[in-house]
Amino acid sequence: MAHATTHGDHGGPAHDAHAPQSFFHKYLWSTDHKTIAFQYTFTGMAMALIGAFMAYVFRMQLAYPGQAVPGYGVVTPNQYNALVTNHGSIMIFWVAMPVLIAGFGNYLIPLMVGADDMVFPRINRLSYQLFLLSALVLLVSLFVPGGGFGGAWTAYPPLSAKQAFNLTPLGSTLWVIAVAIEFVAFLLGGINFIVTAMNARAPGMKAFDVPIVVWTIVIASLLFMASVGPLIAGAVMLLFDQLLGTSFFDPNRGGDPFLWQHLFWFFGHPEVYVVLLPAMGIVAEIMTVFARKKLFAYKLVVYTFIATGVLSFFVWAHHQFVAGIDPRMANVFTVTTLLISVPIAEMCFAYIATLYGGSITFSVPMLWALSFMAEFLIGGVTGIYLGASGLDIYLHDTYFVIAHFHYTFFPIAIIGTMAGITYWFPKMFGRFMNETWGKIHFWGTIIPFNGIFIPLFILGAMGEHRRVFDYHNFPHLATPEMQAMRVVATVSLLIMLAFQPIFLVNFIASMFRGPKAPKNPWRANTLEWTADSPPPHGNWSEMPTVYRGPYEYSVPGRSEDYWPQNEPA
Amino acid sequence: MSVKTIATTRSAAGLPTGRLAIWWVLVSEIVIFGGVLVSYVMHRLGHPEWAAEAAHTNTWAGATNTLVLLSSSLSAVLAHQAAEHGDGPRAAKLLRLTCLGGLVFLIIKSFEWTHEIREGFTIQAGGFWQYYYTAAGLHAFHVIAGMCIMLWVANSASKNEDLHRVENIGIYWHFVDIVWIFLFPLLYIAK
Amino acid sequence: MFHQLGPDAASFSADTDRLFWLITVIVGVFFFAAEAMFFWLMFRFRARPGVPGQYVTGKEKHLKRWLNVPHALMLVCDVVIVVAAVRVWVLVKQTLPVADRTIRVVGQQWAWTFTDPGPDGILDTEDDVRTTDQLNVEVGKTYRFELEAKDVLHSFFVPAFRLKQDAIPGRTYTGWFRPTRTGSYDILCAQMCGMGHGMMGAKLIVASAADHAAWLELHAADGALSAVDTTPTPDSTSAQPAVATR
Repeated sequence: MAHATTHGDHGGPAHDAHAPQSFFHKYLWSTDHKTIAFQYTFTGMAMALIGAFMAYVFRMQLAYPGQAVPGYGVVTPNQYNALVTNHGSIMIFWVAMPVLIAGFGNYLIPLMVGADDMVFPRINRLSYQLFLLSALVLLVSLFVPGGGFGGAWTAYPPLSAKQAFNLTPLGSTLWVIAVAIEFVAFLLGGINFIVTAMNARAPGMKAFDVPIVVWTIVIASLLFMASVGPLIAGAVMLLFDQLLGTSFFDPNRGGDPFLWQHLFWFFGHPEVYVVLLPAMGIVAEIMTVFARKKLFAYKLVVYTFIATGVLSFFVWAHHQFVAGIDPRMANVFTVTTLLISVPIAEMCFAYIATLYGGSITFSVPMLWALSFMAEFLIGGVTGIYLGASGLDIYLHDTYFVIAHFHYTFFPIAIIGTMAGITYWFPKMFGRFMNETWGKIHFWGTIIPFNGIFIPLFILGAMGEHRRVFDYHNFPHLATPEMQAMRVVATVSLLIMLAFQPIFLVNFIASMFRGPKAPKNPWRANTLEWTADSPPPHGNWSEMPTVYRGPYEYSVPGRSEDYWPQNEPA
Repeated sequence: MSVKTIATTRSAAGLPTGRLAIWWVLVSEIVIFGGVLVSYVMHRLGHPEWAAEAAHTNTWAGATNTLVLLSSSLSAVLAHQAAEHGDGPRAAKLLRLTCLGGLVFLIIKSFEWTHEIREGFTIQAGGFWQYYYTAAGLHAFHVIAGMCIMLWVANSASKNEDLHRVENIGIYWHFVDIVWIFLFPLLYIAK
Repeated sequence: MFHQLGPDAASFSADTDRLFWLITVIVGVFFFAAEAMFFWLMFRFRARPGVPGQYVTGKEKHLKRWLNVPHALMLVCDVVIVVAAVRVWVLVKQTLPVADRTIRVVGQQWAWTFTDPGPDGILDTEDDVRTTDQLNVEVGKTYRFELEAKDVLHSFFVPAFRLKQDAIPGRTYTGWFRPTRTGSYDILCAQMCGMGHGMMGAKLIVASAADHAAWLELHAADGALSAVDTTPTPDSTSAQPAVATR
């Protein structure tokens, strides 16, 4: 099966056909970027089920404190802390990142730049294996004696560093190790995304002929690469404090708990853009196709993404306004934080403007893409409240923060994923998902989503603080009105969860029995739609050449309202 | 078994793929080491008493190690030259010499650390020492990893295969060298 | 709720609330305008048979205006918000008015202890009154608080004061407040601190001068004994006495 010879890049035949591969080689040991994409995506989706289950349990505890949660039992304070900690960690590191960056990145980048695979297929495989290992370590951490780590996903020391404080010695250490391995996996993966997009483009594909989702995944990988280093250093230091008795973060022995906070948030803030950018890329692709429109001010949008990425390195201490930093620093960070709202708003306005002059079809992917914008706007504007230092004194560590970041993260991780999956499903599996069930699932997810988090804004504004398993310990937070809002939020979550099996069934059934899909069912321009549905190993028998940009829709004078990138002029 | 794709051979950015990749790897490594070193420097500035602890490091061992690494970088450059001329076996020999340099570095370091630990300067011995072992340890880990990859590249090179990798592992090795050039003054000379 | 975020009992509560409403009005306008435009465009340009899409690059001047003008407006609004926010920030965090009394607040796993300087007004003297999970203060007096933590990070959060400050082991943070309304309020711990984080509440009692003086006189003689006021308050439910200190 070895084929050390390479083929010239003159549109000649691509990969030699392999001898028939075993199940192991085809599905578990593959270096094919599409298979690796599925591995990441399915693993991420499985982790999403676990993270969602955790949310179910702790929201039930909040709505009906002290009562046994069906399917779980009574929630102790320690378990509550572990549930919220791991819910957050799982959703960010083991759902949003693998699905949006590694899943869609792996699948789309070679196809959209006209390459036969990633530039380093074996490193790609290794990156998934490391990722899987990190997920397994995290899951193991939940079941060890003492229980899972419960120090919040932010893991501030001294709580996270000393078992005498956190009471979860094994869980805390395994959690740190899992996160560290996950970081290494994504550093490796990022090399592939960046180098493939930079170097392996089809002949004729200039920088601004590259579809925006490739741009955003590459910029996200660069952001990740430039920001995670200090936290890897910090994770090593935390591990040493936990295991070797060092005192990096121990104030009684010359250490500094602040150091961790700075290392964490220097990464933590760019990280949110690491996940936001791919989601926005996906939404842009869908909006252009289903509005039959060029992306409004495409170049400007790319520059705006880059500017946002750069600015994101200068806002981190807005997570630490009340942490005890020098109060003068807070003024600097409130300025930079409010400034970053400008390029983000620019992106939102450009996307909205893309609809102008369009011919909009409300397919299921388009519904998801449009709802991303509508919901993300709420997340964006509520960030202003928190970036305003004087107001953050009150709102920090309240449910207002939770509602804000769910109005950003949910659109990113869930809506963005749904948009991408429903859009590229025909290409990935050669079949269509069911449109009607897709619409039912859409409404059944979006409407309850708001029912969960709008009450949380109100509760936060009334002073309800985070990470508390039972508000009956606090008289002013235990009023019947506030408890009613908690119940509304929980019931909305139950409704939303009840609609998710529809998606799972639709997905799995359509994979095997959906109506067959042609190469380009959406009549889109980008290169992946010129490959077979699904594409074979090597993607094309003749590699494509590119003649124009990706958004030549509704070009006046043409009979078709789209113009594929690979069609000669 | 090699998995050569068309993608790997393309060069839309005008640079060979391997070289482009290794530079991006270095970017992420710079930020990792940057994190450790900036944390160290900031805390060192806030704790002038650490200078007394730092006085116990062995400057001669550190200086010797600096020389060793610099020489090994030289042999890495020569290996690249040989690879450019298509002389795989010679490149392999020089890469293995470079590895030897790495090995000497690690041996000197292990003597150094053994001595320091016997004197009671363990990683728990205080602020300076925890940074000392963590920073140098992280560096040593990268030395070991670099040596392993280098031997693997040398193996292919000796058969005149994948000669472009000689340059790439050389770039990585130079980086490892440069990190040490930062560590040496910060950990050994600043007393 | 629509005129304030909850009971306001400190001199800077109203400033915080005003900032909240200023931001709400400003972002509200942008938000509703953006959503309205968004939905209108969806409706106006929905696919209709025989009507193709238009070829719009975004470089057209008359269309670029639709981005540039909101952009410029946003920058102006951001400046307004920053100025207003910094005002509140400086008031709460960067000023330290002359204090009538200085108290100490200590967070630990999992209780709050408060030290009132007692009739002599000086901390760390024999007549100090130490309380656990209850803070008694006098309305109208300017208090300075010295905030400490014994073990891990905690955070001193008084919603009615709109005040929050993390407590860091190894450091003392000095802040201030002036209560303006009598009553009983919550003190919450707003930084994850382990198993008992959700049970780490305390009661804040803001009393009139006379009531506070009476309380002080009653307990100053006890000195360092715990002086939890056991008079039941109307809405006390399961408020437990403090967990044993470590």
